[in-house]
Amino acid sequence: MIIVIALKELKSMFASPLAWVVLAFVQGFLANIFLKQVDTFMIIQAQLARTANAPGLTELTIVPMFGAAQMVLLMSIPLLTMRLISEEKRNQTMALLVSAPISMTQIIMGKFLAMVAFLCLILSLIAGMSLSLLAGGSIDMGLIFANLFGLLLLGMAFSSIGIFISCLTTHPVVAAVMTLAIFMGFWVIGLAASDPNSWLNWVSISKRFEGFMDGYIALPDVTFFVVVITLFIFFSIRKLDSERLSA
Amino acid sequence: MTKQDISLTLSASALTRKYGNNVAVSDVSLKLKKGEIIGLLGPNGAGKSTTMKMITGNLAPTEGSISVCGIDLIDDPILAKAKIGYLPEIPPVYKELRVNEYLKLVARLHKVKPKRIQLAIENAKEKTGLTEMSQRLIGSLSKGFQQRVGIAQAIIHEPEVVILDEPTVGLDPNQIIEIRSLIKDLGEHHSVILSTHILPEVEAICDSVQILHKGKVVFDDEIEGLRQFRSGKSIQVSFRNSPSQEMLESRLTNVKVSPIRESVFRLSGLNTDDDPTDKLVQLSVDENWGLTELVGAQASVEEVFVELTTRDNLET
Repeated sequence: MIIVIALKELKSMFASPLAWVVLAFVQGFLANIFLKQVDTFMIIQAQLARTANAPGLTELTIVPMFGAAQMVLLMSIPLLTMRLISEEKRNQTMALLVSAPISMTQIIMGKFLAMVAFLCLILSLIAGMSLSLLAGGSIDMGLIFANLFGLLLLGMAFSSIGIFISCLTTHPVVAAVMTLAIFMGFWVIGLAASDPNSWLNWVSISKRFEGFMDGYIALPDVTFFVVVITLFIFFSIRKLDSERLSA
Repeated sequence: MTKQDISLTLSASALTRKYGNNVAVSDVSLKLKKGEIIGLLGPNGAGKSTTMKMITGNLAPTEGSISVCGIDLIDDPILAKAKIGYLPEIPPVYKELRVNEYLKLVARLHKVKPKRIQLAIENAKEKTGLTEMSQRLIGSLSKGFQQRVGIAQAIIHEPEVVILDEPTVGLDPNQIIEIRSLIKDLGEHHSVILSTHILPEVEAICDSVQILHKGKVVFDDEIEGLRQFRSGKSIQVSFRNSPSQEMLESRLTNVKVSPIRESVFRLSGLNTDDDPTDKLVQLSVDENWGLTELVGAQASVEEVFVELTTRDNLET
């Protein structure tokens, strides 16, 4: 049942130009950064060869791209999650889902799964660019995997927050703006969290992601993301349930 | 699987719904037998849609209980919802999907067995006259056809109870006739609840009727009861040498006279025990009014509402 809803959601996403525009934007932006990094690497390659313990190809080209990918997800996920629930409410199609013999949990999970599938599509594009370097050199597969895994968790956390915000309003644009504002808030927290011991550091999504960029898949970081995802999915389910009770 | 009460497909008792302090629906009870069509009639804002939302599990009742084929909707919503088909006021269609895609989605959501999905889609399209629209985007269909897609959606899983919220709103007269006959057909195998504010519609298709006003049931009877209630309530008369309204009122006691056009009056509030018709004819001859027309008019929906609500006020 979850899959039925997820497939429907993907179909709707790709029926509108939005999904395509987002994919094109992500790919264009990241490819640009990636090529710039490769270019820089070619120029400084000779110096690097003489330096001891120099950063390798992966650190210099692929990791910065993932850093940019974080920002790209921050900007594009609100556009993708904005209509997931709010539009169902706006067009009164929510009644179809609620009247069907399925639970609120299945509805939210279906929507979330569609977002995960879309994220996987973005990640596969990024992975494809990274792996293209294999044509001219060797790359650190472990590091790439850690980055991909971190970016997936980050994207899932952003998506769950976006879905929750989408439950709160009937205007997709309002949902998008609110979600973006929250993500910006997290980003600012990341900038402010210079002291590694402060609580800001602890709640900062971007700081959590930095561990993955360095190649560490640390349990506290993974747990942090899993908790955020679970929490906001739970909130979304509760929100829909409470609408049935009180709206 | 579950206890099946053959005769009763839906029973809702003492449903009450409050929005804060505002009572939208109060103490509404419904009992629906297999193959029965019930009409919920009422002016806008009477609580018809709220009642239907509660029966379909879209809204939790503040008080009261609902059971569908013996399954409690609140305790076991998933099992109960599988037996209900619901068309809300605004058809819940995805405009970006094609008719076939949409119906396939709905069939899956309602857990139609994969082998039967194709057949179910074809049946639903045939019943609602959508076969030729299969490949059209729902967004490009006219309002009438979107309404039909909404009905197809409600019957695709062959539910025991079909609930239609104002199914004929926004349709042209031909479509209304088609949809009405479709609902009559549905009533042969399913139980149907439909809401409307059009009185003749209820008389044309329903077996029994409940009239809601301000969230309360003010009338609950078989359709015959409604017909009797409506007829004999007023007559329309015209004269060649018309008397004045005051004259008519003073000569005929216990009758409310309202002018329709020049020398045409409607006499309403007639009492069956003391029918003034005879007296009127006598008067007309004596006074040389020249009665040219005397028609037993049925009470209009407004009059029925006024009658019912004032009666209700007198009782309480």
